[in-house]
Amino acid sequence: MKLPVYMDYSATTPVDPAVLEEMLPYFSDQFGNAASIHHKFGTEAGMAVSKARQQVANLIGAEAKEIIFTSGATESNNIAIKGVAERYGDKGKHIITCVTEHKAILDTCKYLEQKGYEVTYLGVDTNGMLDLQELKDAIRSDTILISLMAANNEVGVLHPVKEIGEIAREKGVFFHCDATQAVGKIPIDVNEMKIDLLSLSAHKIYGPKGVGALYARDKNPRVRPTAVLHGGGHEKGMRSGTLNSPGIVGLGKACEICQEVMAEESARLKKLSDKLIDEILGTIEFAKLNGDRQHRLPNVVNLGFAYVEGETLMMFMPELAVSSGSACTSATLGASYVLQAMGVKDDEIHGSLRFSIGRFTTEEEIDFAVECIEKSVHKARALSPLYDDAIQGKCCKYGKCCDHGHGCVDDE
Amino acid sequence: MQYSEKVMEHFNNPQNVGTLDENDPNVGVGTYGSPACGDVMKLYIKVENDAIVDVKFKTFGCGSAIASSSLLTEKIKGKTLEEAMEISNKAISEELNLPAIKKHCSVMAEEALKSAIEDIQKKRQS
Ligand SMILES: Cc1ncc(COP(=O)(O)O)c(C=O)c1O
Repeated sequence: MKLPVYMDYSATTPVDPAVLEEMLPYFSDQFGNAASIHHKFGTEAGMAVSKARQQVANLIGAEAKEIIFTSGATESNNIAIKGVAERYGDKGKHIITCVTEHKAILDTCKYLEQKGYEVTYLGVDTNGMLDLQELKDAIRSDTILISLMAANNEVGVLHPVKEIGEIAREKGVFFHCDATQAVGKIPIDVNEMKIDLLSLSAHKIYGPKGVGALYARDKNPRVRPTAVLHGGGHEKGMRSGTLNSPGIVGLGKACEICQEVMAEESARLKKLSDKLIDEILGTIEFAKLNGDRQHRLPNVVNLGFAYVEGETLMMFMPELAVSSGSACTSATLGASYVLQAMGVKDDEIHGSLRFSIGRFTTEEEIDFAVECIEKSVHKARALSPLYDDAIQGKCCKYGKCCDHGHGCVDDE
Repeated sequence: MQYSEKVMEHFNNPQNVGTLDENDPNVGVGTYGSPACGDVMKLYIKVENDAIVDVKFKTFGCGSAIASSSLLTEKIKGKTLEEAMEISNKAISEELNLPAIKKHCSVMAEEALKSAIEDIQKKRQS
């Protein structure tokens, strides 16, 4: 077993060796510009891009011509939301999304709010689940877009994408789905799920960083977001810029592999994450699973450890690479807004860790992780005055947030 | 978070972790912070003839909160109350070379100390 053990696959994944191998020639021998259609160098690159387009389309049940290559899911989300807002803004200026979306969605919506659009942010319940009735009630005559993710990146909770798609289609509203975390892990079919726009990213599915795709439905209904990047008119004018052919080849191969191995891989990962959940909840007191137990990705486990702080937990187990919902580990000192939206109390958010596993995770690593977590929680609780209070049955008698606390810039 | 070696030293080997008997008339207890904001320090000082003869702490917080707590206890052990009062959060954050965004952790340590000293002074008056 190689140390440290990587359990942060939701942040990014290593490139699959088979993907890398496929990419390599396109850096050197086959370096051509896919838009140079009049010589062999260009056509070689162009053919490779076409193949990749088909591979991406296959994974989500789309057609190749509906795939636009981008620099990643952030860009795909930007094109989907800003592009639809701009193109269809004269039909209406109302967008519906959810408070637990990725920042690439929320910040784009905030930007549009400044430009005169109106955004409804749906809430979630304590399990991170949407209320479909709330969604239906939020739809207005001027609603042009519903943007809801397939799987949440922090807690792994799945939204009922098919039901959302049906509601949107019935009301004649475009449905954009940020499926960055879901693609390659659970079956996604844009037709079955009535998705009109979909974002995905290569580096979450064992492809390279800085490449992604946007699916934009070609017919029934056709959706044509306006461009965010203007220039040479690549990707049917929706995304100018010389195509990143090695990256795109990598994304295509990554999608092909996912399609092949997904059923088996996800079953294996589900077993491993169930084991992780059961062992931790079974052995550590005051531990809890954040997010719905049933409706979740097979590979993401978010656990809360009361009375201890996430950064401390991580520092006590440097041999395990995970991420934390704690304010203390983020550059802005803001606690996880996803857990906040789920009604997790601030002090519990501080002790939450996300374990995300993947293709190269072994059962041995899960056993090792359980051991590390137990030790680390034990060590941190030995230092914690809150834990002392808890086991002595005292109730919390601490003040409100301190003057110099998180969120305050303390420049002395 | 990239921490200095000094932070890691204290974090991996925190000094004076524990509690003292709160009912002892010579023990002052101070707390500062809140669970919601992510750090709470509880500091116990045992004072004899105006000198801090023993000190223990428990801290809920991030790595720099624990290091700040540990360093503070080292600094005040054996000092008179007056000397201890002189120790500022700045001294702690400088000695630990805390990242700017973590300076509040040293403030927590200073405030917990003030609160413990207040507590012992109150105990003595009554
Ligand atoms: C749900 C979700 N959307 C969007 C993104 C952004 O993806 P990218 O890094 O490809 O821009 C991520 C990854 O951080 C994500 O998890």
